[in-house]
Amino acid sequence: MAERRYTESHEWVSVEGKVATVGVTDFAQSQLGDVVFLELPRAGLQVQAGDAFGVIESVKAASDLYSPVAGKVVEVNDRLTQQPELVNKDPYGEGWLVKVELSNGVGDGLLDEAAYKKLTGGRAE
Amino acid sequence: MAGTERTALYQEHLALGGKMVDFGGWELPQQYGSIRDEHVAVRRVAGLFDLSHMGRVDVAGAGAEADLQRLFTNDLARIAPGRAQYTLMCNEEAGILDDLVVYRLGADAFRIVVNASNRLKDLAWMRAHSGLRFQDRTIELSLLALQGPAAEALLPARRIDLAAVPHFGFAEGEIAGAQVLISRTGYTGEDGFEIFVDSDRAPEVWRAILSAGRAQGVLPCGLGARDACRLEAGLRLYGNDMDEQTNPYQAGLGWTVKLAKGEFIGSAALAAAKAQGPDRLLTGIRSLDRNIPRHGTPVQVAGRPAGQVTSGTYSFWLNQGIGMASVAPALAEPGQAIELEVRGRKSPAETVALPIYRGSVRSPAPAKS
Repeated sequence: MAERRYTESHEWVSVEGKVATVGVTDFAQSQLGDVVFLELPRAGLQVQAGDAFGVIESVKAASDLYSPVAGKVVEVNDRLTQQPELVNKDPYGEGWLVKVELSNGVGDGLLDEAAYKKLTGGRAE
Repeated sequence: MAGTERTALYQEHLALGGKMVDFGGWELPQQYGSIRDEHVAVRRVAGLFDLSHMGRVDVAGAGAEADLQRLFTNDLARIAPGRAQYTLMCNEEAGILDDLVVYRLGADAFRIVVNASNRLKDLAWMRAHSGLRFQDRTIELSLLALQGPAAEALLPARRIDLAAVPHFGFAEGEIAGAQVLISRTGYTGEDGFEIFVDSDRAPEVWRAILSAGRAQGVLPCGLGARDACRLEAGLRLYGNDMDEQTNPYQAGLGWTVKLAKGEFIGSAALAAAKAQGPDRLLTGIRSLDRNIPRHGTPVQVAGRPAGQVTSGTYSFWLNQGIGMASVAPALAEPGQAIELEVRGRKSPAETVALPIYRGSVRSPAPAKS
């Protein structure tokens, strides 16, 4: 399993080869509460790091999703259309959101596990 | 983030993994596990709620009925001891100060349950308009609710015949050895009970109810499930669906105003408001896409402003966004196409009759906890 990196807006990214898998963190899903639906892009969308690429809506609130990396969306987790609760149940596994083919590498601005834990008061997991 | 007040069940909530949030100045669980599971438990079996944030006020003495008749819009003469009544307290301009439930304990003895956020305002208003001694018992008494179709079968109560307690009736009984007052009222649209108990016994009663029903699927439920259930049941939330700028007719609560009982605070303005007819009305709404109506969301018809959403959430029971909106009376008919402005886009929705979902509650008369 590749090492996960994190954004300050509570997305995670994990890179294998040229493809980055993106999701929201366990802290994020716990703060959001039950996820009701996700507005995700179609495959083919070009994103820059920091671009809003979708919306996650929970019982509590709707929040924008920001891409941690630059590249082209090559796959979207279609299971979330029927089972948005996967984001709550398994945010780092079956609840992943999109896969992005990297145009460069992963930028420097991302947090490692220790830094993200510090940001969330020790609650990355 | 968290409220300043804690109920006697605070440690129980933490032990059950409750995600604590601020609600009207109280630290209460939004949910324990998932809102979906809790909501479904209430509709299929039963759910246990801590309502101890709600204000509990006792009042007794000669002239108590007469004074409460002047303070409230409904007619207390219609209920005997052992019965409760949903009512409103209005100001002289017919604005709603609060909605509440009055329990008649005796000829001139009453218990009043008010909204948490209005407790101090209500106490000040009642004391200013009556010489009676209103005793705030909110801290010493706790309030729990077991709500759901199986509530009667699963409530471990003794020394009481639950089947004989009618809708909006109450009686004394015993749970886990503690003396309790059990009323057949609620805020979910399901049959069920609300239980008053001394706060020092509340944790034992809470645990006894949970352990009696756990195997059958009873779950502790938080504010998220409670809000979804009350919205499906068409029950208003003070501060969202009505406030001091709303009269009972605009809130669809004209049935709680009994002008024939004689003069009371606001009766002149209420008579005028009734004669004039409401300029806006509360209606149920449901989303026709995956969006969730939220408090304050603008309602439009063919691009023109037509009102606003007063409450909304996602219903995991009906699998759609639902809510209530305040709209022009003509639009309050069920089945009208409306648009909700969500994040700068138009989202299709329609008006629906209240209640949006009818549960196992014994009478269609609106209940309130």
